[in-house]
Amino acid sequence: MKTVEEIKSAIEAAVPEAAVEIAPNPNPALPHSLRIAPECALAVAKFLRDDAELKLDYLSNVTGVDWPESLEAVYHLYSVEKKHGPVVIRMHTVNRTDQVELPSLTPVWRSAEFQEREIFDLYGIVFTGHPDLRRLLMWEGFKDHPMRRDYVEPDDFEYEPTAHDEVLKRTQTHQAMVTSEPITSSKGSEGGA
Amino acid sequence: MSEMQSHSAILADKPESWNRPAVMEPEGEGELMEVAMGPHHPSTHGVFRMDVALDGERVMRLRPVFGYLHRNHEKIAEGQSYLASMPYTDRLDYICPITNNWAYALAVEKLAGQEVPERAEYLRVILGELTRFQNHASSIGFLTQEMGAMGTPLMYAFREREKILDLFEELTGARMMVNYMRFGGCRVDASPGWLERTRKVVAGLAGFVDEFDRLLSTNEILMARTQGVGVLKAELAVNAGVTGPMLRASGVNYDIRKVDGYGIYNRFNFRVPLGDHGDVYDRYMIRMLEMRESIGILQQALREIPAGPVMSPTAKLRGFRPKRGEAYGRIEAPKGELGFYLISNGGPNPYRYRVRPPSLINLTVLEDMCLGVNVADVVLIFGSVDIVLGEVDR
Repeated sequence: MKTVEEIKSAIEAAVPEAAVEIAPNPNPALPHSLRIAPECALAVAKFLRDDAELKLDYLSNVTGVDWPESLEAVYHLYSVEKKHGPVVIRMHTVNRTDQVELPSLTPVWRSAEFQEREIFDLYGIVFTGHPDLRRLLMWEGFKDHPMRRDYVEPDDFEYEPTAHDEVLKRTQTHQAMVTSEPITSSKGSEGGA
Repeated sequence: MSEMQSHSAILADKPESWNRPAVMEPEGEGELMEVAMGPHHPSTHGVFRMDVALDGERVMRLRPVFGYLHRNHEKIAEGQSYLASMPYTDRLDYICPITNNWAYALAVEKLAGQEVPERAEYLRVILGELTRFQNHASSIGFLTQEMGAMGTPLMYAFREREKILDLFEELTGARMMVNYMRFGGCRVDASPGWLERTRKVVAGLAGFVDEFDRLLSTNEILMARTQGVGVLKAELAVNAGVTGPMLRASGVNYDIRKVDGYGIYNRFNFRVPLGDHGDVYDRYMIRMLEMRESIGILQQALREIPAGPVMSPTAKLRGFRPKRGEAYGRIEAPKGELGFYLISNGGPNPYRYRVRPPSLINLTVLEDMCLGVNVADVVLIFGSVDIVLGEVDR
């Protein structure tokens, strides 16, 4: 199979406007990956899938990663026909707060469908162009993104049947807080999506 | 592989939405009936829900709903040491804990550049193939149960599974939650007596497969209910990331044991069974044939297993901190490609720990296979995917 450098030049030859750079693996014994600018990701993905030499027709794994400055999606590609791989491509968002869009690669590889939904659910990356972007594991109406590193668990003591000492105090403050506010609806706590 | 040669030609001719499920038009007047199958439906293998829209008996739309068993395994694993996640991987696909251990150990060994001694590799193959055997046997048992064969084939399968679980219990101390593998080997060595008993059990497995085959393969009801039902085309299967017996039933020759040759699999002589039609019957048949191949691998491994240590002397259990880097390790688990993707920042915990769950991704095409069939066949098609909810929801 081609090396990462050769794949990079092949992409640049086929998709001239593509901005591709090699993201070195910190451990030099392990394979490096390709960082792709989100604007041209769909064109690059189609090229990787259809190119006669690469034929990366199988997207195995999509991973969301939460870095201090941005969110990242990592795609592991293999070729079923040529039986080679993996080629790892990655895209990252502008920041972690308001510019969290990445293009969905589901139109190119259907196997991204549930995995991108999962990343949207747990990390909050919005995949534009995804045919059915809903939460996958958490329920509809859930607000936060639990896999983010700054996620704070809700103050909920239901699991503590006989609260005492410290926990009892927190339970009481929690209940005081809850009852002082008018309970508008219980929609958020209903299971299922 | 002739049908795979023209793969990209097939893709080039298709419109952009070729890999989306079809939009069904109802016949006649009236509203569609919405049925929630599950989460407490006996055929859903746990807590899984399908929201099905029906026109009479025909399925017009199907939406899988996940998350009833979600406990954010990945987040928990990021908060603890590498080794502490090993017992938790048992609880992903709880029918096949050994292969979960193996995939995780393989990914960490890749990350840390850790070697595994010969004997441990053989033990991994032996336990992995026993796991595959009992998974396929029970999965066929569940499938026939859903067809209305209440109990008998499933009990045959469980009788055999029990013998294998006894072997697991003797070696690891637990029937299912084995926590057996370590980075750089296996936790305990197998005694000569255990190997002898394993040979004995393996010698009896071929008779069980013959019996199972005679009981089911030419059964008229099974054939009538499964042949031509839930057909999955090869190019969609590849595009949707379907792996394992389901992919091979669609005629795609892709077995990670052959492709990657991880561990010592390239030393063994075995074949990869392929299907022609990609229907439920083919998926059943592939599992049956893979059981036979597993017996062959087991016999070879049990004949050749060398003496020696089961843990590499360079393996580090305490204070294990792999160098900065990232690695993806994958194996051919009984249900498909099980992968672990790890990012290390040099600390004692993984910075990112990701499980690539074959059960979840194989369900991507569930709607495509179910559109237009009778609602009773949905249960069969779903059963032929072979999932475990512990892995789907993680």
